[in-house]
Amino acid sequence: MSIQNNRLSKEVLVEKFSDVHPPFEHAEGAAIEADRCINCYDAPCTKSCPTSIDVPLFIKQISSGNIKGSAKTIFTSNIMGGGCSKVCPVEKLCEGACVYNLLEEEPISIAKLQRYSTEKAIQGKWKLFERKPSNGKKVAVVGAGPAGLACAHALSLQGVDVTIFEKEEKGGGLMTYGVAAYKVTPEFCKDEVDYILSIGGIDVQYKKELGKDITLADLQKKYDAVFLGIGVGIARSLDIPGEDLDGVVDAISFIYDLRTNDYSKIAVGDNVAVIGMGMTAIDAATQSKRLGAKEVTMIYRRTENEKPCTDVELDLAKLDGCSFIWLASPKEITGENGKVKKLVCNKMKLGEPDASGRRAPVDTGETFTIDVDMVIKAAGQIPFEELVSKSSVQNKSGKISINNNGETNLKGVFAGGDSVNGGKEVVDAVQAGKDGAKGILGFLGVK
Amino acid sequence: MANLQSNFLGIKSPNPFWLASAPPTDKKINVIRAFEAGWGGVVWKTLGSQVKNVSSRYSALNYNGRKAVGFNNIELISDRPLEINLQEIREVLKLFPDRAMIISLMADNDRKSWHEMVKKAQDTGAHGLELNFGCPHGMVERGMGAAVGQDPEIAKMVVEWVMEVATIPVITKLTPNVHSAVPGGLAAIEGGTNALSLINTIQSVTGIDLDTLVPNPNVGGQSVFGGYCGPAVKPIALKMLTTLAQEERMRNIPISGIGGITTWKDAVEFMLLGASNVQVCTAAMISGFKIITDLCDGMSNWMDEKGYKSIDDFVGLSVPKITKWEELDINFHIVANIDQDKCIHCGLCYISCEDTSHQSIAVEKGNPYNTYTIKEEECVGCNLCKIVCPVNDCITMVEQRKGDEYLNWIEYQKRGLPLNDH
Repeated sequence: MSIQNNRLSKEVLVEKFSDVHPPFEHAEGAAIEADRCINCYDAPCTKSCPTSIDVPLFIKQISSGNIKGSAKTIFTSNIMGGGCSKVCPVEKLCEGACVYNLLEEEPISIAKLQRYSTEKAIQGKWKLFERKPSNGKKVAVVGAGPAGLACAHALSLQGVDVTIFEKEEKGGGLMTYGVAAYKVTPEFCKDEVDYILSIGGIDVQYKKELGKDITLADLQKKYDAVFLGIGVGIARSLDIPGEDLDGVVDAISFIYDLRTNDYSKIAVGDNVAVIGMGMTAIDAATQSKRLGAKEVTMIYRRTENEKPCTDVELDLAKLDGCSFIWLASPKEITGENGKVKKLVCNKMKLGEPDASGRRAPVDTGETFTIDVDMVIKAAGQIPFEELVSKSSVQNKSGKISINNNGETNLKGVFAGGDSVNGGKEVVDAVQAGKDGAKGILGFLGVK
Repeated sequence: MANLQSNFLGIKSPNPFWLASAPPTDKKINVIRAFEAGWGGVVWKTLGSQVKNVSSRYSALNYNGRKAVGFNNIELISDRPLEINLQEIREVLKLFPDRAMIISLMADNDRKSWHEMVKKAQDTGAHGLELNFGCPHGMVERGMGAAVGQDPEIAKMVVEWVMEVATIPVITKLTPNVHSAVPGGLAAIEGGTNALSLINTIQSVTGIDLDTLVPNPNVGGQSVFGGYCGPAVKPIALKMLTTLAQEERMRNIPISGIGGITTWKDAVEFMLLGASNVQVCTAAMISGFKIITDLCDGMSNWMDEKGYKSIDDFVGLSVPKITKWEELDINFHIVANIDQDKCIHCGLCYISCEDTSHQSIAVEKGNPYNTYTIKEEECVGCNLCKIVCPVNDCITMVEQRKGDEYLNWIEYQKRGLPLNDH
């Protein structure tokens, strides 16, 4: 048992990390699917999209051969509509609401159609938006993730000059660094960010981290307004003995490594335990398996009914051959020579509903032990509490508080995305960025 | 099992489905394949004067992803040597003696030419003749085809020429490119025709290539009006057929129905409106001769279900049900009803009624599904919501009569009852 890289050949790795949801190969395929759409009034799909994309309209536009119009319809509501078509859990959003579900028929492949139009636009560098002439207003955006990019694009469109400060080398945030590689490729993420920035009026300063290279006070002084789209930080710790052993990693770092290095260089254990059952946990589990781990066991403290990931995501893990232990909570990690050896778990049972409305897991007092050589922590992420508190931004355990206009307690400082909501989907962050931009434009008096 | 045997003017065929005079019936090889597939008869593609065809020849109307809901051609009559056609007809007649063989004819516009043509056709042993008075392009410019059909006097004259020498039944095929098919039909009857068939194709432009700006079909950068057919023309054909079927002076004249017949249901509809048999072309051109299997099977099963033993049992049964507007019962009133258990909340009924009709559907917003209900007092019973609803039997129209008695427009006026009261 050991953690090692190069478990599989390059060819196998390429295949394992190829697109999990392949696109339409032919225009005819997209047209046939588009023609299935009955173009609902006050469409449930649109109402179920956090960015309210006019789905029937963009599908009708594919059907009529107006692909340019279709792409514009999508991007007008969601400038990351390309990436979202690949990473959105559509089964619980637009496609989950499609009226065909009520006929027990396959819902319209909305994501696949959205991908069809947006990929053409991004690859073809279609110029769909024209920014208004600069009005002299300057706004600083912290974080080039989905919230920051959406905010910057919406501001630039109205003639505001935007500077984005990003601590990483690339834009895109968790889209670029935190999503399984078979959902979006690093190349796509780069193209998408470039496409968003191609509107002009947005200067991105990479490798500039808030609290280190820049301070909020400085930004407040130099800019007419600030938008904080700083996201959330590292994985929540398990707070159990043995967490510092060699072989315990957090899912975000693990996926980050995968996104920034050659797959063959990423080390993975023989027997991997993944703690958690959210989207990130699924991504970590499936990718471990695809890197060549022999056994991947996902451990979750509640049952399948309460899981945060969708059925489609769970099926991905099942099809990859991951196994699942429900109603189990890590108690201790034991090691040998400083390396992970075993994971001891408490057996749980379901008690009364908790604040989330789901039945809470309760310790039964019984334990069991499994042999592992790697533990990936994916039990949620925690906000940048220290950073936020230092800047005297009002927050709740690190989650930034904002009012209805997206503004924080500091005048002219707005926020949105994971740093406010604690961690949701990309599409939620995009909407938060739009909302922030709206608040800022109102604050600046830009019409 | 219902009996699909057809007897049209004494011409017998195992089923009432003939292939219409068109490309599928231009050659022995096609016709043999059709008979092997099970077609009851063919009307051989029009024989006549010498022609030369162009390329391309067809174009189509596509709608919402469905290809060729309408079809268009600029092809002329048979461009093969007359003698070869006649020889092949003789050969097919020998191979398939139980199938109907009709020859479509279009001679030059003089008595001698028609006489010669009729005699040559009869000599093959064919069972009947069909006079092409309908071809809307190419031949018209030379005084033939629709040029004959559009002028009742000329039509009558030509039919008279034909009947002078005809020894087998003669069907006159009418053009739809007139405001009414009745005068042409009556003229053909006066001329002595034994039967009528309709419709031929309707003049059309199916569309334009938005890159070249040349309408379809493109012949070297130009186009021309073509003859329109396929599913899109069925309603027009049914209407024209009905006007003939309702005409007292045509009572005893059999009609062969043509125009967009694609399924057995279409065929039954033509026969219910007075066609004794039907002719098919476009559906076979789009899908091949095999469609005859379901045409026969579907009609037979429907007949069994309804208790019709032979096709004559239902021919014309719907003709009396089409009346004049002024005879409709004004007291008949229906209102829509939405079955909430079946509703999928697509809102199509609501938006069509709200935007374009009578604002008779109420919406209660929900997330993500709205609830839609009928405002019965506002509903005029127009059927629009039922037409747009994607779920079968979700919206039904429920009878709520305005009065017990039958009350038509004439009587309504006489009584001075209120108008414009909605």
